[in-house]
Amino acid sequence: MTLPRWLALLAALLLVSVAGVMLGTMHLAPGDVLRALAGQGSEVELAVVRSLRLPRVALAALVGAGLGSAGAALQGATRNGLAEPYLLGVSGGAAVGAVAAVALHAPPFAIPIAGFLGALAAIALTLVVARAAGGRGDARVVLMAGVVVGAFANAAIMVALANAQDNVVRGALWWMMGSVSDASWPQVRLAAGYVVIGVFVLLALARAIDVLALGEDTAAGLGVRVARVSLSVYVAAALLAAGTVAAAGLVGFIGLLVPHLVRMAGARAHRAIIGGSALAGATLVVAADLIARTARPPAELPLGAVTAIIGVPFFLARLRRLA
Amino acid sequence: MIQFSHVSVLYRGSRLRALDDVSIAAPAGTLTAVVGPNGSGKSTLVRALVGQVPLEQGAITVDDQPVSDARRSALARQVAVVTQREEPAFPLAVRDYVALGRYPHLGLWRGTTSTDTAAIADAVARTEIEPYLDRTIAELSGGEWQRVRLARALAQGGRSLVLDEPTTFLDIGHEMAVFELLGRLAADGMAVLLVSHQLNLVARFAHRMVLLHRGRVAGEGEPADVMQASLLESLYDWPLVVARDPAVGAPALIPLRSRPRA
Repeated sequence: MTLPRWLALLAALLLVSVAGVMLGTMHLAPGDVLRALAGQGSEVELAVVRSLRLPRVALAALVGAGLGSAGAALQGATRNGLAEPYLLGVSGGAAVGAVAAVALHAPPFAIPIAGFLGALAAIALTLVVARAAGGRGDARVVLMAGVVVGAFANAAIMVALANAQDNVVRGALWWMMGSVSDASWPQVRLAAGYVVIGVFVLLALARAIDVLALGEDTAAGLGVRVARVSLSVYVAAALLAAGTVAAAGLVGFIGLLVPHLVRMAGARAHRAIIGGSALAGATLVVAADLIARTARPPAELPLGAVTAIIGVPFFLARLRRLA
Repeated sequence: MIQFSHVSVLYRGSRLRALDDVSIAAPAGTLTAVVGPNGSGKSTLVRALVGQVPLEQGAITVDDQPVSDARRSALARQVAVVTQREEPAFPLAVRDYVALGRYPHLGLWRGTTSTDTAAIADAVARTEIEPYLDRTIAELSGGEWQRVRLARALAQGGRSLVLDEPTTFLDIGHEMAVFELLGRLAADGMAVLLVSHQLNLVARFAHRMVLLHRGRVAGEGEPADVMQASLLESLYDWPLVVARDPAVGAPALIPLRSRPRA
């Protein structure tokens, strides 16, 4: 990818982030935003900018960066253009872990850890189901296995919620549809830890993923330890799924859509695809969240519903190419 | 020099060994060819070399260094492998594809050095693929793609080369070009180990032939020793004669009509 395109990607992220802080139930002019950032302005403006919208935009950006880069790495390592954390059931597994942690009244830091364990279990289950169906190499079989595991995860959450109180159920449902409306700075810091580590690991693996995308035997001949690299990608993707799901619930299709857009923009090496997908994913989720809270005021749409509405037609178009 | 010593491979769930006590040596400066009917274990040799199937017993060495999982990238710097099939999952420019041959030389973050650039330029020159460097892989014909894959393998910079059926789907002209190139690489001192179905071309270009049958070595030696009608007839289960190629004098196999079944 050329330098101007990287700069355009950065500019787009900056632009939607500024819009994300300016727009909402209370519209703010750019000047108001700058004043509030500097610690001036009315008390309401200060609260809206610094405690509500800024952490919300930051959390949306982190969620998008995590999902985008995880999707890019999973697609490369599995040689499957339809792979992404949500469709492979990884996010669903993370959600089961997170819900279990919440139900057991675990402290906040433990929620993404439980999500991580759930995500790892979901990956293992998806691979086992795909192998049993005889098609670890067939993109569609792996995808079906992932969707089945995701549905199973959803069912597990529903069962866990059966005896919960009404307000807990409402909160959990909202979260299963994906949302960053409860964003706070401690949440942003926690998610940032997971996303930074996960993206760094994936960038370190990027060259091996380039080779892995040629096929397993060829990769082995080029000195890639296929099983080890694949496992590392899965673990890093699980880490990213756990961090993002604990922060924002289930946000689908970002990991699918974004790597394709970045490849269409000319990225070929996985270091560029993964890095570009982190930036573009951040941009897209910040924009989707902006749509979610401004499309039908004063109501808020679930973030996951907005990304699904954008992502499903794209998914169908990709599926047609495979068939 | 690539050496298989008493190698046996048993696939999980199978009772017959895919390779059974196979010993093959491919010394530097020679073109060694492994031939045999379908299912004789030829491709398993290649997969065993790159560590994709575990050895039940025996050892594989490259330049007297044992092949083991611990030194995969060191091995990739010594020997390059062109597998039978390869379909990159995503669009890639030829230039970037050939550069992937330098993977075993790169660290985690370091950029390419002048050594890498020189190795790539040398591989491109030897395979004569300059004209398509800026195309994408999807735009190449079958013959061009095989030469590009060879360039990627040569860019790895090793002294040994292993190829599994490199001329499948190629027409006569492209097939000959590949064999001549392999002959030149061997003449330059490389150890070339070739798995092939093309008995006649192998008999013409290879220095040594190894005949595999049901995972065992059924014959080996110079082409004239291995190209025996009686031996090949029983292995391939088809009537045939071995004649002498009128143009170059190499042994050439001619399959006959099937015998009426008794």
